[in-house]
Amino acid sequence: MKDVLLKKELFDGFVEALMNSYKVAAPTRRGDKSFAFDFITNPSEVCLDHIPTILPPKKYFLPQHETLLEYDTTEGQNMQAFVEIEPMVILGVHSCDIAGIQCLNHVFMDRPKDYHYQARHDKILLIGYECLRKCDQYASCGLMQTHTPTGGYDIFMTDMGDHYYFSINTFAGKGMVQLFEGFEPADTVAEKTLKKLRSDKKKLFKNETDVSLAEIPSIFEWGFDSHVWDRTAEKCLSCGNCTNVCPTCYCFDVNDEPELNLAKGRRVRVWDSCQNETFAIIAGGENFRPKRAQRTRHRFFRKFKYPVMRYGKFFCTGCGRCSRQCMASINLKETISNLKRSWGEI
Amino acid sequence: MRIPLKKSGYEIIKAEVVKITPMTATEKLYEIRLKNGENLDHDPGQFVEVSIFGAGEAPISVCSSPTNQDTFELCIRKVGRMTSVLHNLKVGDEIGIRGPFGVGFPVNLLKGRDMIFIAGGLGIAPLRSLINYVLDERRDFGKVDILLGCKTPDKMLFGSEVAVWAERMDVNFCCTVDKSDPEWKGNVGLITTLIPGVNFNPDNTFAVVCGPPEMYIYVIQELLKKGMPESRIYVSLERHMKCGMGRCGHCQIHQYYCCMDGPVFPYDKVKDLEGAI
Repeated sequence: MKDVLLKKELFDGFVEALMNSYKVAAPTRRGDKSFAFDFITNPSEVCLDHIPTILPPKKYFLPQHETLLEYDTTEGQNMQAFVEIEPMVILGVHSCDIAGIQCLNHVFMDRPKDYHYQARHDKILLIGYECLRKCDQYASCGLMQTHTPTGGYDIFMTDMGDHYYFSINTFAGKGMVQLFEGFEPADTVAEKTLKKLRSDKKKLFKNETDVSLAEIPSIFEWGFDSHVWDRTAEKCLSCGNCTNVCPTCYCFDVNDEPELNLAKGRRVRVWDSCQNETFAIIAGGENFRPKRAQRTRHRFFRKFKYPVMRYGKFFCTGCGRCSRQCMASINLKETISNLKRSWGEI
Repeated sequence: MRIPLKKSGYEIIKAEVVKITPMTATEKLYEIRLKNGENLDHDPGQFVEVSIFGAGEAPISVCSSPTNQDTFELCIRKVGRMTSVLHNLKVGDEIGIRGPFGVGFPVNLLKGRDMIFIAGGLGIAPLRSLINYVLDERRDFGKVDILLGCKTPDKMLFGSEVAVWAERMDVNFCCTVDKSDPEWKGNVGLITTLIPGVNFNPDNTFAVVCGPPEMYIYVIQELLKKGMPESRIYVSLERHMKCGMGRCGHCQIHQYYCCMDGPVFPYDKVKDLEGAI
C-alpha cells in the first residue's frame, strides 16, 4: 500500500480525526521518566517520545481484570459469556511492544482459541512509532532484534524531521489515514530517507550484551542447573513486578466474584504471577516450585526456552521493563551474561 | 459494545448430580449426568472442570469408564474451599461442567498388551476409569495386575468394587495398607513392597501409575529394576489447572502444560524435567 507523509504540525489534527471515530489510547507522561498508555481526551496528551511505559499495551488485549462471563444462579447455573470492548486505536506503540503483542497473538489465537482475546484483538488498531535512539540502559532490543518491526501493526510512524513517515500495512491502516485530509503521498526521496535511517539504526542498536541471540538456546539448554539462579534468588523478593510489566507474560487466575445477593455475579480472570509462592500449589498442599530460585528460573525459561519449543520464538522483546521495575535491581541482561559465564562453574 | 460469546471455552455445560455415594470420611463419589442429553465422551484419564458459580472451579479427573455412556463419575476428596462446597451437594443439584480436557491414557496402544495398574490413595480415581475400561473390554487385553495401596484400611476407596476385582479370575489383585487396624487381614507396607511379587514380561507390558507425588519415584524405581522400559510406564500427574486450555500457567511443567499435554505422560517424556515428578 502506498505510504504517506504527514507534516508534524498537522499531527494533532490527525489524532483529533481518530478520536472522532475511535477511543484512542496513547503514551502519556506520568512523571520525569515514567509514561503510561491511557485513553486521551486531547491530542496534546500524546507523548510519542517515551521510554517503555509502566505497563505494556497488553493491558488492552488481556486486561488485568476481565469478565469472562456473568452468571445467575436464581434458577440453576445460568450464564452468558461476553466481551465488553469499544473499537479503539493504540497510538505510538514501540516496536518492542508490537513484538510483545505478536507473542500474545500466538498464544491466545492458537487452537483452542481464546475468543475473549480474539474479540479484543479484532477491535484494536495499532499505530506504531519508530525508536530512533536507545531509550535507556535497561533495554535489550539490540540483542533481541526487536528495534525494527516485523509486521504486527496497521500503521508504523517514523520521525523524519519536519514530517512523519506513515508506513501503511493494512486496509484498516489505510482507513485511518483516509479519516484526515492532511496527508501527502510519500515520494522516492522520503522512501530513500527511511531506508537510510533504518540502516543507520543498525549501527546504533548494537547488541547490549556479550551474548548473541544465536547462542541463547544453547545457554538455556545447559543453564538449568546453573548457580546463577540461586544468586538471582538471593536478591529476588518474589513480588511479581517483572511478570506484571512484561509484555509477554500472560498467566492468569480464574475467580468468581459474587454480587451481594450471592445469586448473581461474574467469573473473571485476573493477572497472576509465577513468582508468587502459591502459584504452583495443588489441593493437597504440594508445591511444585516452592523455592524462589525455581520460580525466578521458571520465568527466564518461559522467555528463552519453553516458548521457543512451543511457538518457535523468544518471548523476550528486549523492552527492559522487568529490569527497570525490579526493586531488587535484578537485571535481565546481566542475568543472561552471568548465565553464559557460569558454564562449567558449580 | 457488548459482544456475546458462545464458544469461548469458559462456558459450562449444565449437569445434574444423579447419585452420591459416601466412601470414606473425606471422599464421596458423585454420579453426574449432562443436562444437554449428550454423553461426556471422554478418554480414560481425562479431567473436567467442575464449576459452581460463586464458589469457583476445580479440575477433577473422571473416574468412570467411557464405556458407561449415560453418566460419569467423579471421586472428590474434601481438601479445600471448592471441594467443601462440592461435598455439600445433594442429589438433584445442578452443577457446571467444562471439558473433558487433556490427553488421557492411550487405550488403543495398550490393547493387546499386559497391564499393571499401580494406584496409591486417591490415585485410584483417575486409574479407575482405565481399569474399568480394560475390564469392560477385557478380551482386548492380556494379563491384568492391579496393585492398590492406601494409608489405612478405612481410607480404602471403591471398597465394594475392589472386592469384586479381588474375586475376578481374570485379574491379579494385590492390596496393601501403610498402617493396619485389628480387622485388616491383608498386606501391610508401602505399595513398593508389592512390585517384586508381580511377574510380568517387560517386552509386552505397560505399567500405569497414579498416586501422591512422593509415590512415583519409588514405584518407578522398582519397575525399572524389573526391566520395564521407561516409555511403557505411564503416569498421571496432578496440577491445579485453572483454564484447561494451556494458558493460565498454573499447571505448567517446563515446556508442557499438564492440561493440554497431560495429565497422562509416558515416564520417559517427563523423567528429566525437574519438579515434574
